[in-house]
Amino acid sequence: MSTGAERRTPAPPPAAWETYPVFPKAAKIELQLTEQRKNLRHATGTIRAKRLDRASEVPNWEDLRTAAAAIKDRVARHLDEYLVEAERTLTEAGVTVHWASTADEANAIVADIAVAKGVDEVVKIKSMVTQELDLNEYLEKRGIAAWETDLAELIVQLGHDLPSHILVPAIHRNRSEVREIFVEEMGRYGTPAPEGISDDPHELTQAARAHLRAKFLRAKMAVSGGNFIVADTGTLVIVESEGNGRMCLTLPETLVSIVGIEKVLPTVEDLEVFLKLLPRSSTGERMNPYTSMWSGVTPGDGPQDLHVILLDNGRTRVLSDPTGRAALRCIRCSACLNICPVYERVGGHAYGSPYPGPIGAILNPQLHGMGSERDRALPFASTLCGACNDVCPVRIPFTDILVHLRHLAVEHKTAKHPTVEQGIMKTAAWVLSDGKHLEKAQLATRAAGRVLGDRPLGPMPVPLAGRWLRARDVDAPPTETFRQWWKKHEQERKES
Amino acid sequence: MTVPTAAPPTVGTPGLGKRVALFATCINDTMMPGAPAATVKLLERLGCTVEFPRAQTCCGQILTNTGYFTEALGTVTSYVKAFSDYDYIVAPSGSCIASVRHQHPMLARHAGDAGLEKVSTEVVGRSYELSEFLVDVLGVVDVGAYFPHRVTYHPSCHSVRLAKIGDRPYRLLEAVRGIDLVTLPHADECCGFGGTFSLKNPDVSVAMASDKARHVRSTNCEYLIGADNACLLNIGGILDRQRSGITTIHLAEVLAMTEKDAS
Repeated sequence: MSTGAERRTPAPPPAAWETYPVFPKAAKIELQLTEQRKNLRHATGTIRAKRLDRASEVPNWEDLRTAAAAIKDRVARHLDEYLVEAERTLTEAGVTVHWASTADEANAIVADIAVAKGVDEVVKIKSMVTQELDLNEYLEKRGIAAWETDLAELIVQLGHDLPSHILVPAIHRNRSEVREIFVEEMGRYGTPAPEGISDDPHELTQAARAHLRAKFLRAKMAVSGGNFIVADTGTLVIVESEGNGRMCLTLPETLVSIVGIEKVLPTVEDLEVFLKLLPRSSTGERMNPYTSMWSGVTPGDGPQDLHVILLDNGRTRVLSDPTGRAALRCIRCSACLNICPVYERVGGHAYGSPYPGPIGAILNPQLHGMGSERDRALPFASTLCGACNDVCPVRIPFTDILVHLRHLAVEHKTAKHPTVEQGIMKTAAWVLSDGKHLEKAQLATRAAGRVLGDRPLGPMPVPLAGRWLRARDVDAPPTETFRQWWKKHEQERKES
Repeated sequence: MTVPTAAPPTVGTPGLGKRVALFATCINDTMMPGAPAATVKLLERLGCTVEFPRAQTCCGQILTNTGYFTEALGTVTSYVKAFSDYDYIVAPSGSCIASVRHQHPMLARHAGDAGLEKVSTEVVGRSYELSEFLVDVLGVVDVGAYFPHRVTYHPSCHSVRLAKIGDRPYRLLEAVRGIDLVTLPHADECCGFGGTFSLKNPDVSVAMASDKARHVRSTNCEYLIGADNACLLNIGGILDRQRSGITTIHLAEVLAMTEKDAS
């Protein structure tokens, strides 16, 4: 946990996400973290129930979901036009608009603005896109300290940790762990935690408040993401819970907002749909506490130097896939994470990306392509139970996209040389393509049934089967298949 | 939820004149023939004429859901070949029915075969999960079954969320004489099977299946009922290893049971 003398901010784990193994192996490690599993079970269970309450009290909830999906699909179809319109309205309102096609480009724009302004630290609003860009580490290398001001992001940053949830990045931590992090780390990076602080949530919040207040008052520049950009008015929208965002958006002289190109909405009227869906789906609240909307520079009020960076970083690649592009509808609510039985057990880190859970499983392989083993494993990190389909406020058809991406992963893997799995699947395909073939294969299962007898099959060192049987007992295959029963049954029917 | 044991059922034969093709599904045909056999017995008791087209094989989802679209195409053609002559195709599996409904036309489209897509869409449109056929087509909830046991029911994900069979299994079970149907806690959570998921992510799969088994055990039931044998194989595997004494049984087998069988 020691930090180099030259570092300004707490160091994340070495090499961060790159060190995580592929999902099945990472999941095995995470499953053993008893405390984390308890924290996740408790937190996801609570938020699931709240979401269901808040969604079911809205009479036209299903219509809102349909409308949201339709608006987002319209944006995707005409993205070029809406982006150019947004650039024009933002520019007219006094905002400097930048375009970035990669993470490196976006990070460099932020750092260059800071250097031009002569600042060596920035305050940050919680933002998924800056996690995607790994902006904090880039700025650190350029000698600029980036301070997270969202409480959970602060816990992650001070804990030399990585986020494990889109909305609640420290969901894997409980309050006694938070207390330890605050006591140990706060003093090194600013106002220390008070002597004798307990793990009472109120005391912890007060400590974070005091620690952050000093940073807010000092900051000359803030960096944010953005939930929505309204194209026809040039309005940026940020939805948050703690008010730290409002501080960042109003106190510093310079504000840089990095926004994915899919976040544009045609008109202000479209916001109505999303501002109803988002808080209910994410925190299970009717309304989020703070909604900030600003349209350019207002002299004498708030930041006087506004920048917006419109970011691609793989989004046009997603857009080019007619089946997969529905992933771009995502408004980062986290409902799919909270409902996911796989996420609940393994947590977010196993996905090896700041985008975990079902949305991570369909977004990462599309943003990055199928080049890495880690990205290819993600579409398989699901039982296809479909719980995510049902809660998604923008009706992303997760299970269809997962199956589609599995196909792309197989195509990628088998393009150069055949695989063992492919051989098994081709054999299965032959067996299952014709009833006569299936009957031939059943000769083998019946023979196995005769050899194995009535005893249940327990643990055995057989590849694949062993993965099943180490935790489960299974009966041996029956010596009589249904087909044979049917023949006898037909005979009996004729005779009776 | 216990239904008092009443006089012998007079459910009649609402299936008279209906010719039904049974889609046994490959896993039932090969590994668990009790469920399709019970389906035959039940449908014949209700007056249906049941046939078993031998050309049938499998819904193909083990191939499709593992990403092998081209390899799965043979199951689309074999399904069409086996079932295109029937008005009613019934399977004791919501998962397999969900797969043929949603994935067969997609696979044909993916292969660029518009003709197969059209005929496949027609055939899968006449395919029913057992409880759908009983409640929607035959219009029965009380099928004259008798099962004097404490049971709980696991509503499998594909049956509920993809095939959308709703509460039909519960309605059928509540009408069974002698049954003591107990609510399963966290019923809507996946059991962790997920086809090849259980092989590719065995640790997560076992973690999920163990939680499901724990919830099943908390009901103190004798039988765990399901409408999908693959899920029952998964949960039952854990329950058996734990020597829990709980038996898994398919919905069709419960509904096929009558007071005559019990005596």
